[in-house]
Amino acid sequence: MEQLVEQILEPHFNFWIYVILMMIGLWAVIAKNNLIKKLIGLSIFQTAIILFYVSLGVKEDANIPIKKPTPIEYSERAYDSEADTRSAYAAAEKTPADENADSKAGDSQKKKAYEKINPDKIANPLPHVLMLTAIVVGVATLGVALAIAQMIFKEFGTLEEDEVLKVIKGGEQDD
Amino acid sequence: MIFTFDFIILIFMVVAAIIALNVKDLLSASMIFGIYGFLICLLWAEMGAVDVAFTEAAVGAGVSAVLFIATVFNTNRKSSD
Repeated sequence: MEQLVEQILEPHFNFWIYVILMMIGLWAVIAKNNLIKKLIGLSIFQTAIILFYVSLGVKEDANIPIKKPTPIEYSERAYDSEADTRSAYAAAEKTPADENADSKAGDSQKKKAYEKINPDKIANPLPHVLMLTAIVVGVATLGVALAIAQMIFKEFGTLEEDEVLKVIKGGEQDD
Repeated sequence: MIFTFDFIILIFMVVAAIIALNVKDLLSASMIFGIYGFLICLLWAEMGAVDVAFTEAAVGAGVSAVLFIATVFNTNRKSSD
């Protein structure tokens, strides 16, 4: 039992809680009778899936995916991304007397201008961007669903699923 | 990602989801669903997804709670389950 907790439950404890949230949402969509309750369940189901995807981009001791601005004295060169223009720039500056020293200085400047980023220290931003779209689309579909719920209320005078079904079936029997 | 912080927020989220689905008053359910949205927002800021966090705070917690409340005021506030 202890081994089970250590090996299976603990390393991905958040995935288990996402599955629990997803099943709560699914239960609400299937078992709840009120249409608004069903929509709340649908939203909970959706957020559980989005949580799963965003958690895939999380790393241990990682920072937020925002790059620090380049130092001011090198910012002119940092945006000069063309390699050819940079080499031409370096050649123009170079004097024949101290060619070696100048090329070394140019190398160190280049390294400072393009500061190296350790990818292990930054959370993966790709799932964030994909899920950003999913959140916005989810709210749009939720708005449409709530509008349809209001239309159902105007037509049948109730939001309970069984009463709506009773009215529909009763109408068919009358005909 | 901090283990205890993550775990506590996730437990709060499960509790908020269950309460939102079991409360009989639909206005209370909408408000508790808004609380659930802000808890997710906290969780995303903690995961390092700040862009998703402020989108969720504005759109997920704000706009969807407002849409639910508007629907509840236009329809029925009571729920059978």
